[in-house]
Amino acid sequence: MFDVRPVETDYVRHRAAQFRAQVGRRLDGSLTEDEFRPLRLMNGVYLQLHAYMLRIAIPYGTISPDQMRMLAHLAETYDKGYGHWTTRQNIQFNWPRLVDIPDMLDQLASVGMHAIQTSGNTIRNVTTDAFAGAAADEWMDPRPYAELLRSWSTDHAEFQFLPRKFKIAITGAARDRALVAAHDIGLRLIQQDGRTGFEVWVGGGLGRTPMLGKVIRDFLPEEDLLAYIEAIIATYNLSGRRDNKYKARIKITVHERGLDVFKAEVEEEFANRRRDFHGADREALAIFKDRFAAPAFRNAGTEAYEAERAKNGAFRSWTDTNLHAHKVDGYASVIVTFKTHGETPGDASADQMRLLADLAEQYGHADLRISHDQNVVLPHVHKSDLPAVYAALHKAGLATANAGLTSDIIACPGMDYCTLATARSIPVAQEIAKHFKDNGLEDEIGKLNIRISGCINACGHHHLGHIGILGLDRAGVENYQITLGGDGYDIPAIGERAGAGFPIEEVVPAIDRLLRAYLDVRADASERFIDAYRRLGAAPFKAALYPEPAHA
Amino acid sequence: MSKAFVPTAAKPGVITANDLREGHNVWMCEDGWTPDLAQATLFEDEAIADLALLKAIGQSNIVVGPYLVEARRGPNGPEPTHFREAFRQRGPSNYFHGIQTLKHAEARNV
Repeated sequence: MFDVRPVETDYVRHRAAQFRAQVGRRLDGSLTEDEFRPLRLMNGVYLQLHAYMLRIAIPYGTISPDQMRMLAHLAETYDKGYGHWTTRQNIQFNWPRLVDIPDMLDQLASVGMHAIQTSGNTIRNVTTDAFAGAAADEWMDPRPYAELLRSWSTDHAEFQFLPRKFKIAITGAARDRALVAAHDIGLRLIQQDGRTGFEVWVGGGLGRTPMLGKVIRDFLPEEDLLAYIEAIIATYNLSGRRDNKYKARIKITVHERGLDVFKAEVEEEFANRRRDFHGADREALAIFKDRFAAPAFRNAGTEAYEAERAKNGAFRSWTDTNLHAHKVDGYASVIVTFKTHGETPGDASADQMRLLADLAEQYGHADLRISHDQNVVLPHVHKSDLPAVYAALHKAGLATANAGLTSDIIACPGMDYCTLATARSIPVAQEIAKHFKDNGLEDEIGKLNIRISGCINACGHHHLGHIGILGLDRAGVENYQITLGGDGYDIPAIGERAGAGFPIEEVVPAIDRLLRAYLDVRADASERFIDAYRRLGAAPFKAALYPEPAHA
Repeated sequence: MSKAFVPTAAKPGVITANDLREGHNVWMCEDGWTPDLAQATLFEDEAIADLALLKAIGQSNIVVGPYLVEARRGPNGPEPTHFREAFRQRGPSNYFHGIQTLKHAEARNV
């Protein structure tokens, strides 16, 4: 049953107090680690390779300036001055002490933030398009529905011990920037016969068994959203496998049982559950739609923007790559990439966080988004303010003009931080970015998605990279497999393994050969790497990766 | 990963874990736990190592997740044999953070 929580900060404070008591009992020996582990995971606390890690929820990537300042404060006070944007629109701190985490959660609660359900076999952060409510190609803002799902799934008693973690994504735009096909449940807002509803996808996911989702409902009326999603997860909760962790995700349930069988069970469950929803969910949705109403957009000229573009080449270059088309004339969404060549993808310093908070307040209708590709978006900036925004970002080293380019790499923390990793990701991303900046090819190569994971769990989305890189441990040495042809957006596709892996020092030369081959074979500069790959197939690219020896 | 490792004279090992309160990596040494692998006790005998591991597991109010892992005898003490353990005793490669900063501070004090 659905219940709107009017004062959620009380609940969050209560949970923080519970965790403080749990930590106290762990430290005084009342709780063993086996008893404590699930409790800390329910509050986003992992024990990683060098330290504890705290993952904090940023629901659908939307964060206010005050919340961003709180993250900056935590980074300085309890971490090493920075945080890391994740591929599920959250933030992770890599160095907190266990004894400090209760204080961190208390302070987060003061701005309505928490780490609940950022780990464990529960419904995780609901993710969406970073340009939600702003994108020119969006016909409906998905955030009210994302908030409805977040509110319903938080502490949902039935779904605290699912067979495995569960991820939901939602989009309301023509181009799917939420990776709907790669989620346990994916939702595309659509319209049919004048009614609003969803195309419902189920059973997508990456990890060791990558699968694209399947459409389980062509059209679900919006008023049935929670009842239907609850029916899917309740069905999975009973029929999902608990005997084998690696076969426990819903993608395996759907795959093994067949979509038709699974769908029949879901529809039966839906018919039963639908009666239990008496309209509180619809009332809540109406409240959330008000909450996410568009800001008061300005009607002003863009002459200053055009003039700056004409006279400042660096500004022009940045606006060419780092702006996203806005639905309102005169506005743009700004992509602030955390991919400065040679830096760690997705790492933000406390000063950078504070600058973003200030810019959002001064120029961006107080709205900030964390994107799944580990960048930050100012969704609503009037073009006349872009010269000032650019100048401020440039001063802080945050105006790298590389959104969507070779160096805009998604990389998981890899073996520099993660206890599950089999190899490092970050140094590979750093070296590739530096290499293509130094040789001057990045602009010529154009749009390219490189994705790097440090193990088969695929947090770096390597399967969805036009070029994917997977780090493995081969006989005690880091070794990197390359996959080609993946795509998370236009035509969802899982990349195909190109061949034998490379030792770490041979990865950059291999990617260099691959991209030079692409430049040789592309029809023209408008044909992206992925387009050329689709047109020509893998052969010319494999030949570049694995050249014949000179003397065979 | 290497939790089932059995030390021998030819393939000795160390016991490592994380510090419960702080989270950083520690190795079992003669008088407790140290953040410096070079100070760790090197085990060459399965029975002695197993007994020490039981003792470590019994110290769950100090450390988390103790396990035995291979190490080799170096000129200054035990050294890692696998790159994962090498990262654990050094720190991340993207920043000068973690255990490597402790060693740096010690070196400056000498």
